[in-house]
Amino acid sequence: MNKQAKQKIKSCARWLINKVGLDITLTDLQRTGTVDLRALPHVLSRIVARAGKHKTRLTLAIVATLGAAIVTLIIPHLLGVAVDQAHALLGAGNVHGAEARRALWATAIFLVVTATARGLLTMVSSYQCEWIGQKIAYDLRLEFFDKLQQLSFNYHDSVHSGDLITRGMLDLEGVRMFIENGVQKALTLGLLLVVGAYLMLRTDPLLAVLAFSFVPFVGWRALRTGLFLRLTWTRLQQRMSILTRTIEENLNGVRVVRAFAAEPHELSKFDECANEALAMSNHRIVVRTRAVSSMTFAFYLSMGLVLWIGGHRVIHGRISVGHLTQFLTFMTLLQMPVRQIIMIVNTAARAVASGSRLFEILDREPTIRDRPNASDLVITNGLLKFEDVGFAYESGHDDALKGVSFELRPGRVLGIVGAPGAGKSTLAHLIPRFYDVTAGRITIDGQDIRDVTLRSLRSAVSLVPQDVFLFASTIADNISYSHPQIEEEHLIESSATADIHNYVKDLPESYATILGERGVGLSGGQRQRMSIARGLVPRPTILVFDDATSAIDAATEQRVRTALRQFTDRQAVVIISHRISSLRHADEILVLDNGCVIERGTHRSLVAANGRYAALYAMQSEAAVVPARDMLAPYEKAAS
Amino acid sequence: MSAADFGGRGAGGMPNHGELGEEIFAAFDPRIVRRFLAFVKPYRWDVVRVLAAVVIFVGTQVSIPLAIRYAVDDALDRNGRVPYDVIILGFLALIIVNAVSSFFQERSAAILAQRVIFDLRRAMFVHLQHVAMSFYDRTHAGRIMSRIQGDVNSLQEFLETSVQSIGDSFLLVGIAVALIIMDWRLALLTLTSVPVLVVIRAMWLPWAKKVFRLARDASSIVNGTLAENISGVRTVQEAQRESFNLARFQERAFFSFRAQIRSAWAAQIMIPTVDILTGVAQAIVVIVGGASVMSGHLAVGVMIAFIFYVQRFFDPIRTLSLQYTVLQRAMAAGHRIFEVLDVPEQAADNRGAAELPRDFVPSVELRNVTFGYKPGVPVLHDLSFKVEPCQVVALVGQTGSGKTSVTALVHRFYEVWSGEVLVGGRNVKDIKRDSLGRAVAMVLQEPFLFSGTIFENIRYSSAAATRDEVIAAAKAVCAHEFIVKLPDGYDTDLEQRGQNLSIGQRQLLSFARALVADPKILILDEATASIDSFTEQSIQRALRVLMSGRTSIVIAHRLATVRDADNIVVLRDGVVAEQGNHESLLRQGGLYAGLCQRNYASFDDQDVRPLDIGNR
Repeated sequence: MNKQAKQKIKSCARWLINKVGLDITLTDLQRTGTVDLRALPHVLSRIVARAGKHKTRLTLAIVATLGAAIVTLIIPHLLGVAVDQAHALLGAGNVHGAEARRALWATAIFLVVTATARGLLTMVSSYQCEWIGQKIAYDLRLEFFDKLQQLSFNYHDSVHSGDLITRGMLDLEGVRMFIENGVQKALTLGLLLVVGAYLMLRTDPLLAVLAFSFVPFVGWRALRTGLFLRLTWTRLQQRMSILTRTIEENLNGVRVVRAFAAEPHELSKFDECANEALAMSNHRIVVRTRAVSSMTFAFYLSMGLVLWIGGHRVIHGRISVGHLTQFLTFMTLLQMPVRQIIMIVNTAARAVASGSRLFEILDREPTIRDRPNASDLVITNGLLKFEDVGFAYESGHDDALKGVSFELRPGRVLGIVGAPGAGKSTLAHLIPRFYDVTAGRITIDGQDIRDVTLRSLRSAVSLVPQDVFLFASTIADNISYSHPQIEEEHLIESSATADIHNYVKDLPESYATILGERGVGLSGGQRQRMSIARGLVPRPTILVFDDATSAIDAATEQRVRTALRQFTDRQAVVIISHRISSLRHADEILVLDNGCVIERGTHRSLVAANGRYAALYAMQSEAAVVPARDMLAPYEKAAS
Repeated sequence: MSAADFGGRGAGGMPNHGELGEEIFAAFDPRIVRRFLAFVKPYRWDVVRVLAAVVIFVGTQVSIPLAIRYAVDDALDRNGRVPYDVIILGFLALIIVNAVSSFFQERSAAILAQRVIFDLRRAMFVHLQHVAMSFYDRTHAGRIMSRIQGDVNSLQEFLETSVQSIGDSFLLVGIAVALIIMDWRLALLTLTSVPVLVVIRAMWLPWAKKVFRLARDASSIVNGTLAENISGVRTVQEAQRESFNLARFQERAFFSFRAQIRSAWAAQIMIPTVDILTGVAQAIVVIVGGASVMSGHLAVGVMIAFIFYVQRFFDPIRTLSLQYTVLQRAMAAGHRIFEVLDVPEQAADNRGAAELPRDFVPSVELRNVTFGYKPGVPVLHDLSFKVEPCQVVALVGQTGSGKTSVTALVHRFYEVWSGEVLVGGRNVKDIKRDSLGRAVAMVLQEPFLFSGTIFENIRYSSAAATRDEVIAAAKAVCAHEFIVKLPDGYDTDLEQRGQNLSIGQRQLLSFARALVADPKILILDEATASIDSFTEQSIQRALRVLMSGRTSIVIAHRLATVRDADNIVVLRDGVVAEQGNHESLLRQGGLYAGLCQRNYASFDDQDVRPLDIGNR
């Protein structure tokens, strides 16, 4: 076969594929994360397995669904019988009036009974399905919450917290909705079709085939549209979130917008996003309504066929009117479930996508955890030692730390200074083992921190981080975060040391003041002092300040430092800062550059060495009014 | 029917409305409807078309059982007047019309709803561009967002379903009419079940609403807890709160689980009710209808049609009663939406306001200005000072002394209570707003960047600026160096509004943005956040470039900036306490000298009630 012919066949095939509507390719679906067909059996089976844990309820739900479906099918049968009775009596000319009436009454009572049964069974099955769905969501929610707390910093570095929140809320809902709605609806539809087919085929095979002739078309169409709708839905969501972002930024940046008289610019941005979203939304509407209308049409068409052929059979006396009524009523019953097929497919597709996103996290193992034989850290003295420590965030990447060694005895202060990106924060995070060293080792009183339990290690080490995270709760809750049951005296002592007590005690509600969006706002320096107080509460053996005073003004910082000195006379303290005034009093200062210690010594010796540290000191002093003299001295006197 | 259909729980408990305390159901309010209809008015012909399609669709829906009845009767009547196949052809025509009208009504209605919703959202957005600045001081952006998105979405939900409910109402009427035409006695008998259902629902609703509400609130508490724990996960691990937090979360999640189950129960209880009533109605048809058939008063076909109709009759009733809660929520949403649209706009320009001439003399003067945010609580008292063209004036003072208010007034974000603000010798009220905006640029303390590339951020609203101009500006403020090191240079996308850049780098970008805008007057609120010494040097250099040849007002936090200013205005409690250059003020030994002593390198982090150093 020559090339041309091959190509012709190919293009013909493509045309055909497009014609029958396979124009959404699997890669399309996978790329947007809407449907992962490879994950489908795996994920669905895991979701179903979770449902299987509630055997009694699940069995009850299935039995009730089955019962409801059967009763649903009995109703048309009864109606058929009633019609036949009436018709027969009509033909007989009202001879056996009383008997006939009794028969009608029996049918009527039976109708009420079956309708009641149907209602109750549907209620039971819906309720049980929802119960199972909610329970699974509850379990998943707890597992998810727990897992995220266990996962190490390197995992949280690699993901966006907004993404995790979305998974914990929307994806969880996706799984739940499937159990709650999809399973029951799919089950009902399936049972109706199977049992209905059996009954119909027994009554009249030809009419049955005609009655079900819409099924293949509707099934195929539903599958295709269901998947396609998920795709467009995801795309629409993306566009809507861009629109949301545009509005949000406009509101948050309203001062910039007005300062630059940029309203027309903002409006054009808005219109662009909005029009795209609108176009996508309209596209989605057309796809959906086209599918629903054509499916309903197919359904009515087969109903028409039943009516046509069945009618002729009635005319020729081959079947009774009751039979025909039975067929037609049965088909009316199917009308609702058929309209819902698209929803079922959509729910299932969403559950698979959501489920795989959830399981991806639940299956992850924290990289940092207790070793099998880990014992509790035993503090005899409180000596922290770095032995030739090296660290890289990802293997193959540049080392963030190289060959760092030092020893820090209790009651001493170690200062670490360096340019942004020199590895200061990294070093701080290694001590409570938020990351594991990739070379060398860190010991506390001779015990490698990887050999002790995380719980005992982190109780001994407090890290006061650079970015303060405050919870939307009271000030007391925030400070005593690590020890919620702490005594008030202890709490006040910590906050007084951090020089925040005087501010807090004058607030109308003192320590019970609520922080956060709807509460009191704090300045950057106040937040940092709050965070220092929080770090002091556990009375740690080793205290690490990771640039924790950057927003605190020098005078206050001095006060904090003096108070701290009393507080920490038995503790080892690491102070990391780019401000020399924060650490010039340290017993030893390390100057970091590119992950290496390039200078070390006391403030005096480093200034005398005239190296990088001295240059930095000169640069920072230049900004001060009178560099030669410690500006704080007079103020300290005044304050005391 | 699932519980979620009842609408009481939103998308499974997602907090659609920002505030938990906000009312989610409201009573019917004709004023809101009237205002809303104004947004529908441009599409009135589309509405007519949709309604026509709905009528046709419902007509066919009602006729299909009739056609079936007719066919069955015809089949039974051995000497039928019309050939059976002709009736079937009629049926075929009917279902074609049904399909076409179904497509048209659903599509057009949904698209129409979308259009109206997008118009509404746009109207809100446009309005928000012109509301008075004080609105933003009082209102958290998140709350406005929840109205623009959450409330608009509830309205959309209502609009989309309301088309269906219009159809349902037509269907209900259609069926009732069809029943009555066929046999009015039997019809009335069958319809007696309707009032029963209405009464049951009326009793059920208040209880169910409460249960749904509880479930919804519980679920948003759970989601809030989860979100907070994720955002603060590092703090959680630092403080070893994992097990404590898990236990607390479990408690809340379990409470929510129970609330959800209760609301499921409340929703499910209506299912058997409707089914039983359907059964009763059908039984009536069988007994009474059957008797009539026997006595020859009723054709068999009519009885069959009755049974079909009864089956269908209850579905619209069920959905219509659901629609009631959706309507109530839409009312509440509409109320909140129009509240936003009613926020007063900023004061209009004076009549005869003109553009500033291209070559205006860029002086700024405050003359006896008194101003405040809350009535009766002035922040600035009779304040006067002048900035000469091309001078740099530093505003210094403690938190609450009125520095920010001064700069906001120059930009006319607010209106003065008394006195005058003059730019180029002209009252700002006599200058057209956009002209003033072009003449005065502002660099904020917290550098605010938008999503998009670095290039787009620097160029921002100066659409005419070329790439070369943007690069030149970046070079001038020492930003070029770090920009070209980024993966895509100037085309690098800023993640989360520049969170991937350091605060110093963001500051430099906002400088470049101001430079591209090329204003004659520059207002600068210096960043308080401590910046490392290396970036700090670049910033000081950039500032000098930025301010050269411009009239500048700087809210200064750093001594280095203040020292170089031509004039330093020290504010205290809204009045000018001292004025002069660095040396003269130091010599005076007043407030400024005290501030200098107290703050080694910056004037930040004053607690709310600062020490009164000036009187020491």
